[in-house]
Amino acid sequence: MGALVVLEDSGVTLGGRSILRGLSLSLGAGEVLGIAGPNGSGKTTLLRLLATLLRPDRGGGQVLGAALGSAEVYQVRRQIGMIGHTPAVIGELSLRENLEHAIRLAGADPSRIEPALRVVGLDEAAHRTVETSSHGMLRRTEVARLLITEPRLLLLDEAYSGLDFYAQELIDALIERATADGGAVVVVSHDLRYLVERAGRVLNLSAGRLEPVP
Amino acid sequence: MSFWDQALEVARIDLRIERRIGDVLRIVLPFAVVALLVFPLALGIELSAISRLGPAVFWAIGILFGMQVALRQTADDRPERRDLYSLLGLDPAARFVGRCLSGSVLMAGFLLVLLIATIVLYSPDLPPGWPTPVFAGLALTAIGLTELGTLAGEVTAGLRNRTALASLIVAPLALPIVIGASQTLESLARDAGILRWLILLVATDLALAVAGVALARPLEEASR
Repeated sequence: MGALVVLEDSGVTLGGRSILRGLSLSLGAGEVLGIAGPNGSGKTTLLRLLATLLRPDRGGGQVLGAALGSAEVYQVRRQIGMIGHTPAVIGELSLRENLEHAIRLAGADPSRIEPALRVVGLDEAAHRTVETSSHGMLRRTEVARLLITEPRLLLLDEAYSGLDFYAQELIDALIERATADGGAVVVVSHDLRYLVERAGRVLNLSAGRLEPVP
Repeated sequence: MSFWDQALEVARIDLRIERRIGDVLRIVLPFAVVALLVFPLALGIELSAISRLGPAVFWAIGILFGMQVALRQTADDRPERRDLYSLLGLDPAARFVGRCLSGSVLMAGFLLVLLIATIVLYSPDLPPGWPTPVFAGLALTAIGLTELGTLAGEVTAGLRNRTALASLIVAPLALPIVIGASQTLESLARDAGILRWLILLVATDLALAVAGVALARPLEEASR
């Protein structure tokens, strides 16, 4: 099976500053890639590039067969799941409403909402609004969404930070499920210990370039 | 999920949020009604002057406060929500249409309440059979202002000071809508034809809708 993600000498410049410089990378089915690096090294920018939310201004690449920067990315975005720094939820809605809204837009099966809420331990608390929920509960809502939408490419940006042991296990289960189904996972963290435990391969991003972790 | 299903889902959630936080009903609308009250209080017992001023004051207050309604979505459009929508496969054009639908419903309701308040406070001279053309003009104005506000929000997405920039974009582009809307009432009061003003409003609404849908994808890409 071909690679799910390919970057070829890709670079990204934001606000006149070169954030990523000539990155080359290949990620196959079933693979978990860890990206380490200090604050401001471009880890989040790299994830956004892989999520097709940014286009490279040099080089190129493909994600799930769609060329980065082309209109093809609109066809594959639904197969990409991301957990970012800030939980992607609508503040005025309850956790259940957030989940229902996302599932409707994704065209997924709504009958899977209640089982997913039970799996992440939110079935009793799903009526709570985002404003009255903890960071961990918002993360669990995101995990529930990804359990239902089953992305082929899972991108996790410091997804473990601020989570209790049980919530961290949920994210581990998400990773296992994605790779078992022939998907791929990229985990970004500045905590090298987490990455070494979870990823088959760990690269260090420094000054916009990828290098192997010694 | 079809284009229209996506647009309706976005509109449904926008209206639910509005029902919950009530920006338009609890903040913008009461202030607009208070602003309407200022003129009769200032003019005292000059009832004929108050009656003549009614339509002009309605549109001045309606457009000014209406822009607050039209631009309200710009302020709470966070990058995480935009990214999530992209990764859920939401068509940017469907998002534009959905936001225009919810915004138009709110704007039409806002203008309707303001119109009732104007009739009560100013007793403007309106010819028999005024409701149909007035409601048509009001609906077309609501759609146009909402489209303009939503489009300005998309153009300025990702920019610093976007709310101020959006207002600067909207002000000159709202001119055809302001002219069409105000002249509809003015022509009615003079018993003149209003068809050309309604056509101006329809043409403006259509042009903004085509621009919003056609530019939705490039604007979304440019906002990152």
